[in-house]
Amino acid sequence: MTKPLVNSFRTGPDEKGLFGIYGGRFVAETLMPLILELEQAYKDAKADPSFQAELDSFLEHYVGRPSPLYFAERLTEHLGGAKIYFKRDELNHTGAHKINNVMGQILLARRMGKKRIIAETGAGQHGVATATACARFGLECIVYMGEVDIERQKPNVFRMKLLGAEVVPALSGSRTLKDALNEALRDWVANVEDTFYCIGTVAGPHPYPEMVRDFQSIIGVETRRQMQAREGRLPDSLVAAIGGGSNAMGLFHPFLDDASVEIIGVEAAGLGLRTKKHAASITGGRPGILHGNRTYLLMDDDGQITEGHSISAGLDYPGIGPEHSWLHDMKRVEYVSATDKEALEAFQLCCKLEGIIPALEPSHALAHVMKIAPTKPKDHLMVMNMCGRGDKDIFTVADILGVTL
Amino acid sequence: MSGRIEKCFAGLKEQGRAALVTFVTAGDPDYETSLKIIQGLPKAGADIIEFGMPFTDPMADGPAIQAAGLRALRAGQTMKKTLKLVKAFRAGDKETPVVLMGYYNPIYVYGVEKFLTDAKVAGVDGLIVVDLPPEEDDELCLPAMKMDINFIRLATPTTDDNRAPVVFKNTSGFVYYVSVLGITGTKAPDLKSVQKNVNRLRRHTKLPIAVGFGVKSAEQARAITRSADGVVVGSALVSAVGNSLTKAGKPTSKTVKAVHSLVSEIASGVRS
Ligand SMILES: Cc1ncc(COP(=O)(O)O)c(C=O)c1O
Repeated sequence: MTKPLVNSFRTGPDEKGLFGIYGGRFVAETLMPLILELEQAYKDAKADPSFQAELDSFLEHYVGRPSPLYFAERLTEHLGGAKIYFKRDELNHTGAHKINNVMGQILLARRMGKKRIIAETGAGQHGVATATACARFGLECIVYMGEVDIERQKPNVFRMKLLGAEVVPALSGSRTLKDALNEALRDWVANVEDTFYCIGTVAGPHPYPEMVRDFQSIIGVETRRQMQAREGRLPDSLVAAIGGGSNAMGLFHPFLDDASVEIIGVEAAGLGLRTKKHAASITGGRPGILHGNRTYLLMDDDGQITEGHSISAGLDYPGIGPEHSWLHDMKRVEYVSATDKEALEAFQLCCKLEGIIPALEPSHALAHVMKIAPTKPKDHLMVMNMCGRGDKDIFTVADILGVTL
Repeated sequence: MSGRIEKCFAGLKEQGRAALVTFVTAGDPDYETSLKIIQGLPKAGADIIEFGMPFTDPMADGPAIQAAGLRALRAGQTMKKTLKLVKAFRAGDKETPVVLMGYYNPIYVYGVEKFLTDAKVAGVDGLIVVDLPPEEDDELCLPAMKMDINFIRLATPTTDDNRAPVVFKNTSGFVYYVSVLGITGTKAPDLKSVQKNVNRLRRHTKLPIAVGFGVKSAEQARAITRSADGVVVGSALVSAVGNSLTKAGKPTSKTVKAVHSLVSEIASGVRS
C-alpha cells in the first residue's frame, strides 16, 4: 500500500459528526434538539460499563454471538485460489447482522425512557430485527417499508406482524427504502416526545453513522480474534456487500489501520453500471445531501435523487454511509460492484457447494469473491461477510428462475 | 435593491397589520401557470412570496407539498427555471419580497457560490433551507449573509430557551415559527400554544415572527396574527392547485383563479 494520508482511519467522526467532508447533521430544526440529546445519551452509555455488559449479555444469549468464522472449504477448492472464510452473521437470531445494531439501539432507547420505536426497512431484515427486540422488551414498534418492498419481501412483512409490529407502507416517491426513510423521518418530526428512531444502517445524521458502526463492529472484532485463533495471523482481505454499508463497516472498521489488510466493499450494479438501473452510489454517484448527511448519492444533474435498482431489496438505496464515502476518497477501501446476474450465480453456487442459502445481499459480496479469489495465492486469507440468510429471498429467486412455488 | 423583507414588515407595522406570507411550489403545475400564479399573488393579498424549490425527497413536507414538488419536476422544473421564474416575476414587481424555500441538495449540486450569485441577480431576498440547522451555518447561511440575502430560520415547538439563541444567532429577515410538531399540512395549529410560544420566542429575538404549518382559513389566520407578525399559508394553496387540475395533471382555466381567490379570502382574515 502507498503511504496513508492520515495517521489513523479509525478516529472519525469529529465533534460535528464529519468524516472528512462527509456526514454532518442536515436535519430539520424540529429534530435537532433530539439528535443532540441522542448524541449525549449515546456518549454516556458508551462510557458506562453496565451498558456494555447488558449489551454483551443479550448478544450472547439472545442473538447467539459470537457467530462462527467458517472455512468454506469446497468453495475454496472450486475457485482454486485464496482460502475463503465466511463470517457467519446469517446464523444470528432473525437471520442477519441487523440485530447487532438493533440490540444496541433498543437498549439505548430503554435507557432514554423512550417507549415508541420507529424504523425503516428495505429487505425487511432490519424491520424484523427491530420488531423482535421491541417484542422482547414490550415496546411499541412501527416499521416503514416501501410499498414495492412489501410486495417483494412478503415473508418478512408477515414476520414483523407476528412479532406485534405495525408495518406502514411508504407510498411516496419510488416506494422503496429511501422513501421508507423519508416516512420514518416524517413520523419522528411529528412524534418527537416519546419516539426513538432506530436507523438500520450507518447513514442518517450524526451520531447514527458512528453509533451503528460501533454496534456492528462486533463483527470485525470477533473476526480478528477468530482468525488469530485459526490461522495465527490477520486476514489478507475482507469483502462485504454494501447497501447503506453497516455490515461492511462492522467488518471493516476494526481492520482499517492494518495496512496489510485489503478491504473491498461491493455495491449493487443491478442490470449494469452502463444502465440507469443500479444502486452503486460510489461507483455511479457523487457527493450530495440526503437523509441528514453528506455522502455519495445517485442523482440527476439538478440534484434530484434517482431510484436505486437491485435484485436485492436491501441494497437498492441511492446513498451510502458517509464513512464509506470518506474511506473511498482516502483510498483505504476499494469499492467495486456486482450485477444482479452475478449475484444470482453466486447465490446458487453457495447453495450447492456449501449448503448455505445466502441472502441476495451477501451474494453480491460472494460474486466478487468468485472474481478475485482465483487470482490470489493459496495462502491468501479472505473473509467474506455472510451477513444474512436467504430464506426471505427464495420467492424472488424462484420467480427469476421461472419456478412456481 | 435589498432589505425588501425588512421594509415590508416595517411598512405593515405602520399600517397596524400582520403580513400574509404565501407558499407555492415553483413550476407547479408547469412553468407558465406557475408564473401567472405568482404574478397575481400580491394583488390577491400576499405580502411576501415563498417559492418552493422542488425536491424529490422533502423530508419535512406532508402529502400536499410532496405532490406539488413531484408535479413540478414531472413538468420539467429545474433550479435554473426556478431562478428564471423569480427573475420574470421581479421584472414586474420591484417591491414584494421573494423567499426561496426548499432542501439543500439541489442548491449544493447547483453550486453554492453560483446559486447565491444567480439568486441575487434574479431578485431573491431570502432563503429557507429546511435541512440546514445552525450547526451547518458554514454551508450556506454565512455565505448568503455576506451577499445580503436573508437566511430565515425555522423555529419549532422543540426550540426551547436553551436552543433559541443558537437558532436565532445568524437568522435575519424574519423567523418562521412552525406551529405544530410534524410535517406541513397535516395538523391544525393549537392557537393557545402558538401564542405562548411566540411570546416566549420574542424574548430571544427582535425579528418579526411569522407562523405557519397547517393554516387553511381566514379564521385561523386572523387568530394567529393576534400574536404573530405574519402568517404563512402553503399546503392549502398547493392543494388548491392540485384540486384544479385535469386527471392527467394539466392546468385548467380554474387553476390560477383557485389560488388567487383562496389568497384573497385568507388575506381578509389578516386585514380585518
Ligand atoms: C442481509 C442483509 N445484508 C445487507 C443489507 C444492506 O445493509 P447494510 O449495507 O447496511 O449492511 C441488508 C439490508 O436490508 C440485509 O438484509
